[in-house]
Amino acid sequence: MSDQFVDSPARLSDRPLYSLLVQFPVVCFVGAFVADVAYWRTELFTWETFSVWLLAAGCAFAGLAGLVGLFEFVRDRRLRSWRLAWPHALTSLLAAVLSVVNVFVHSRDGYTAVVPEGLTLSAIVVVLMLAAAWMGWVTPQPMRLMGVAA
Amino acid sequence: MRRNLRFRPTLCFVAVGVAVALAGCGDDNIAAPNTQYGARPILPAPQEYLVPPIKVAPAGSWAPGETPTVAAGLKIQALATGLMHPRSVYVLPNGDILVVESSGPKAPVNRPKDLIMGLVQGFGGAGAKGGNRITLIRAASADGTPATRTVFLDNLSSPFGVALVGNDFYVANTDSLVRYPYVTGETRITAPGTKLADLPGGPIDHHWTKSLLASADGSKLYVGVGSNSNITENGIGAEMNRAAILEVDRASGAMRIFASGLRNPNAMQWEPQSSKMWVVVNERDELGPNLVPDYLTSVQNGGFYGWPYSYYGAHLDPRVRPQRPDLVAKAIVPDYALSSHAAPLGLAFNSSTTLPGAYRGGAFVGEHGSWDRSPFNGYKVVFVPFADGHPKGPPQDVVTGFLRDDHSAHGRPVGLAIDRSGGLLIADDLGNVVWRVTAAAGA
Repeated sequence: MSDQFVDSPARLSDRPLYSLLVQFPVVCFVGAFVADVAYWRTELFTWETFSVWLLAAGCAFAGLAGLVGLFEFVRDRRLRSWRLAWPHALTSLLAAVLSVVNVFVHSRDGYTAVVPEGLTLSAIVVVLMLAAAWMGWVTPQPMRLMGVAA
Repeated sequence: MRRNLRFRPTLCFVAVGVAVALAGCGDDNIAAPNTQYGARPILPAPQEYLVPPIKVAPAGSWAPGETPTVAAGLKIQALATGLMHPRSVYVLPNGDILVVESSGPKAPVNRPKDLIMGLVQGFGGAGAKGGNRITLIRAASADGTPATRTVFLDNLSSPFGVALVGNDFYVANTDSLVRYPYVTGETRITAPGTKLADLPGGPIDHHWTKSLLASADGSKLYVGVGSNSNITENGIGAEMNRAAILEVDRASGAMRIFASGLRNPNAMQWEPQSSKMWVVVNERDELGPNLVPDYLTSVQNGGFYGWPYSYYGAHLDPRVRPQRPDLVAKAIVPDYALSSHAAPLGLAFNSSTTLPGAYRGGAFVGEHGSWDRSPFNGYKVVFVPFADGHPKGPPQDVVTGFLRDDHSAHGRPVGLAIDRSGGLLIADDLGNVVWRVTAAAGA
């Protein structure tokens, strides 16, 4: 099955479906953080509404991406031996779990739906997602060698 | 004030696991409702939740012959059954009884939470479709046996309050105040209505009921309008002319705010001794099982009662920004707390001379019952004794047994009225019944 990838390094971009899906939560959670900052500065409820929908959509896509990622991870030996596979997966999972919690925080009514817990969680999730994405796209040298060997 | 808010991630992580299940991060050690009766309720510190406590009594139904339970010296019987979500009752001068059968318009989904709330409300039977009509019941004999039952007015728009002034019959729909010509003794109005005023309605219409009360001289109509949110989560702009009692000039239709800061005011009535307006008010949710107590209060012309900025005077609500210290400074403390989340929707001062003497001088309150508190609160009709125009003493249970085995609700009391022969009428919007409470034989 993975023969076509044999000569290329194991990178996130090798998994088209996973790499497609995983962008949605990244964009949604970054958008939620921006909306939260806007709410914090303006106290206009519209930003909170943006934020909670972005968080909910991000969680839905994170779940989907997680399932696809897990499937590909189990299927592909090269991915399993990738040094950053576990850090990438766990960082992403933590970001997703915190975002589910954040949907509940954002489902409160009024100011405390965002400030301070919601905004804080959004910021932490953005950092985690960026870290996970970075791990997913870097090309680890040992993997390149292993990929060729496989 | 934020230091009082507790963020409890550990507990709530578990709760997230059980997702939106009907359990929450509840506090199992909550004070009983009787600590929150009267002029000085005990107010705990506000709490905020990841999953607020939700406890809804599953919607059951009355078995044939089954009735609520009444206090000693009283008896109860069904005056009418098989109604379509009866919300309020009104007695015409000739003794005819009007039953307003209604439900709110479809609520929009503005946030993911609204999807869940729709399910919760449906579970408790609040999603039942109302008749959007008014049914007339004419009792044939003093014992209340109905002889005729006709559709008095049909094709209304989520009606709630009604009032008769002379030959003008007014219906407070959720979005308009409409006048119909009424001839004494008629059982059906066929003439078209004339709109007197628009009322704050959709598209959100969070609290949709519009109570109605005419002034003694008939020159003014008072409309109770609930807030468009729990606590301004739909923006303060959505609250224009809401959380208020509006005064409408009957001749011109001109409208002004009579009193404000009343989150969801229902069933305004004139207190017979002082001739002052009193109202029952549903206070805000999601600050804990014992916040904020719903209340019964007299209403001052121009008075501000706190919502959304504060409750019971200067207790600030941390969820409201920007705050308005100028308004909080003049917030009136309500007269009489009825305990938290009991959801009083009906109020009737006892004008009856046939009910037992213990109920002379005071008000009956219909408590629809809680959905966000464990254990349940409300789901009963209580009597608040009055002396010299003011409440005196704790509320007494009059009609209970709407909740069965503390599990499922067979009925939920809403609007109240005293009929011409002195019986207490209770609209039961879950059981689809109008109950009539009278003195027991020999009492």
